[in-house]
Amino acid sequence: MSSETGIGASVRRKEDKRFLTGKGRYLDDINRPGQAYGVFLRSPHAFAKIKSIDIAEASKAPGVVAIYTGSDLADDGVGGLICGWGITSKDGEPHKAPAHPAIAVDTVRHVGDQVAFVIADSVAQAKDAAELIEVDYDELTPVVSGADALASGAAQVHDDVPGNLCYDWELGDEAAVDAAFSSAAHVTKLDIYNNRLVPNAMEPRAAIGDFDAGTDEIILYTTSQNPHVARLVLSAFVGIAPEHKLRVIAPDVGGGFGSKIFIYAEETVCAWAARKINRAVKWTAERSESFLTDAHGRDHHTTAELAMDANGKFLGLRVNTIANMGAYLSTFATSVPSYLYATLLAGQYTTPAIYANVKAVFTNTAPVDAYRGAGRPEATYVIERIVERAARDLGMSPVELRKRNFIAPDAYPYETPVIMTYDSGNYPLNMDTALKLIDYDGYAARKADSESRGKKRGIGFSSFIEACGIAPSAAVGSLGAGVGLWESAQVRFNPTGSVTVFTGSHSHGQGHETTFAQLITEHLGVPIENVEISHGDTGKVPFGMGTYGSRSLAVGGSAIMRAVDKIVEKGKKVAAHLMEASVEDIEHAHGVFKVAGTDKQVTMAEVAFAAYVPHNYPPDLEPGMDETAFYDPTNFTFPAGTHIAEVEIDPDTGVVEVLDWAASDDFGNVINPMIVEGQIHGGVAQGIGQALLENAVYDTETGQLLSGSYMDYTMPRADDFPSLKIETTNTPCPGNPLGVKGCGEAGAIAAPAALMNAITDALGVEIDMPATREKVWHAAQSVQQAAE
Amino acid sequence: MPNVSMTVNGKAVSAEVEPRTLLVQFLREKLSLTGTHVGCDTSQCGACVVHVDGKSVKACTTLALQHEGADVTTIEGLAQNGELHPMQAAFKEHHGLQCGFCTPGMVMSAIDLVNTHPNPDEQTIREGLEGNICRCTGYQNIVKAVKAASDNMGG
Repeated sequence: MSSETGIGASVRRKEDKRFLTGKGRYLDDINRPGQAYGVFLRSPHAFAKIKSIDIAEASKAPGVVAIYTGSDLADDGVGGLICGWGITSKDGEPHKAPAHPAIAVDTVRHVGDQVAFVIADSVAQAKDAAELIEVDYDELTPVVSGADALASGAAQVHDDVPGNLCYDWELGDEAAVDAAFSSAAHVTKLDIYNNRLVPNAMEPRAAIGDFDAGTDEIILYTTSQNPHVARLVLSAFVGIAPEHKLRVIAPDVGGGFGSKIFIYAEETVCAWAARKINRAVKWTAERSESFLTDAHGRDHHTTAELAMDANGKFLGLRVNTIANMGAYLSTFATSVPSYLYATLLAGQYTTPAIYANVKAVFTNTAPVDAYRGAGRPEATYVIERIVERAARDLGMSPVELRKRNFIAPDAYPYETPVIMTYDSGNYPLNMDTALKLIDYDGYAARKADSESRGKKRGIGFSSFIEACGIAPSAAVGSLGAGVGLWESAQVRFNPTGSVTVFTGSHSHGQGHETTFAQLITEHLGVPIENVEISHGDTGKVPFGMGTYGSRSLAVGGSAIMRAVDKIVEKGKKVAAHLMEASVEDIEHAHGVFKVAGTDKQVTMAEVAFAAYVPHNYPPDLEPGMDETAFYDPTNFTFPAGTHIAEVEIDPDTGVVEVLDWAASDDFGNVINPMIVEGQIHGGVAQGIGQALLENAVYDTETGQLLSGSYMDYTMPRADDFPSLKIETTNTPCPGNPLGVKGCGEAGAIAAPAALMNAITDALGVEIDMPATREKVWHAAQSVQQAAE
Repeated sequence: MPNVSMTVNGKAVSAEVEPRTLLVQFLREKLSLTGTHVGCDTSQCGACVVHVDGKSVKACTTLALQHEGADVTTIEGLAQNGELHPMQAAFKEHHGLQCGFCTPGMVMSAIDLVNTHPNPDEQTIREGLEGNICRCTGYQNIVKAVKAASDNMGG
């Protein structure tokens, strides 16, 4: 039924009209009556003691309503920001969790750290007043690089974290790995740096704190991917207001990519200040503030070693990583370089022994947390770079080496040595599909053609895996998560047969309003235009965990399916009564209830109407047609695929042209192919951006962010890409009712390794991301000089 | 405070503004036309693009007072009688938007691009959109949408 608007159809998006006509309602588009405006005075230093703050002059400036410093929050009992995932070091100690005040009290620890909050009648007045605040700093020497943070004599970011070591964690069987290496015929070793990125959602973060003195309720409007989690943290840990007196609204949100998961200082202060001044207060980040204070991504220094036998079979993998956490722990920072990273180091391969050691360190830089992929891109980057390097060392085709080590399609469920159980997949099929898309057979001729023109051509592979559908609550709880990672859904029929679905997932570009509606249309036969998806308001939606980790369809969609099951179950009872049949004889399909073996039937709309106008209604059944369900997944999902990049390099200029891109991805069942393709496009673009263009660079001596604007941080633009060639394969996920795996992060996970493997293939030497023209030119010249 | 008058989406408007008021602030704050967005502070991202006398302009880079008597069109002024402009329709048809934040500026730039270069090829479109940053789509479907719209814009 409903083939044009049901599951599997590329339904055009329901949300597009408002975005295309300027009627989207992003945070800065919202204004509250009598609203004041807040501006943060931020630290110009990477590391300094605050000797004094003088707000006297600023307080007298025109329009100023109030000025708050860190001591005002502390005096009011407002707690610091928290990290919600506990990691245990290998010596059994919990990770170090230094204080993270929303406004610095006596020390600033990164450029952009909050020093004061100025509230005035207009933004301009608040800015003018902020300039009048006098802060006396005692500057300290900062530490910037994660690799430097452990050195003796490095600056100590927190007095209570000796040696800047947040945790020293391990996963896997070290002895088994040592044994594998001692019996290896060949060992490949690689040092790599996974560059620090600034997420750069196009809508800057923003918040409005509003206070209703009549009800004592604080309403916080915030750019969040998970408003209930924000409410929980702000209530239970920061102490802003009791949970039932705090409503969090995340309206249309202009992109997140992980950076809007976290509970930041700015929304905390806005929510608190609204009650202090008994007036709404709005803060909107300028882009330079986004660069300085949005949680950054990646920043791993890694040494990896791969042991192989004489035939290229992988015997063991040893990985040592230093992960830069920045100056403070962001909300989920600790989980990213540990359980979201090392657990994926098996990749698509049968490597029997794996050991990872991760040291997480503090530096005087912006906090680092989950960014599109979160740990899994770092894992794929390590594996796929070293596998490609190994193929070169062995003189073997990188395709053949991978195929020799792929987990077989009939090996599922497959338990890896790093605590994951892969549930389904067909890795050779993805490789073969991608090879066809890129015309691998014709590659040698294309390479010869490039060489005849004085260019260097390269091809690179990335067979990635990720763990998505995050996540079974019991599993993540046992690994240190402070929350459960289920999802909620409420399916509410209105008396006239239209439906509102309330979901705990949050859409900030993913198209839930369309994809989730397709589920209702498919299963309950409601025309798609009669389905409304509501999300993002803790005052409307059941408690939900939000959107990240490619979880919304696999977990949030599954919750909707559970609520649909309840609707059908209740509907059968109503239908049985209406048709004077027994419930056992009622069959349901696509919104039609039939008496088995007869032509008697009623529609879902008739049943819903009867449920709300119960004049003729089963005596033992509650009226209404409104069901809520919570779904806790049984396992992660494991999307996987192969991406192939083909590049041409001009050795005289260092220009890398991405000529072609093939992607074969297995996301399980697909609800809306158009939206899935769009997710791949966007993910790959971010991955190409990381490999070629983007880099968050701090000055090593001063700790200043050198790439702090779009003038300095190279964002990918339309002319940096070719059109991608995409196919999806499908091994349905056995772990959820929809058979889906999630597609949001795959491109960003797969792409960096594919592109860097292509570039290093063309150059003949290893280089680190980003492969800027200067770096590529130097590499090309060094190869040429060595040859001469 | 000085007064500025202009035509916005076909309507005559007039208001007192502080001299430092940017065109984008005038549109968003004085006229409540919040479809025009601010995504950066260095005139790089293009989320604020509007048409001034038919040409695309970054509204964050120009003062309201500079546009006395100008004819300004914003994203809110494109659809006529409830019917989407061909460029808006093409963005929807080809999934040229995800979070939607860059979309108004992207659509306004794309219309100017097609007006200037009727029937643009892929490379012309990609280069022509250099002044607009999108973080969601990877641009592929935007390029497709602009190409399709150019076929429908009588170019």
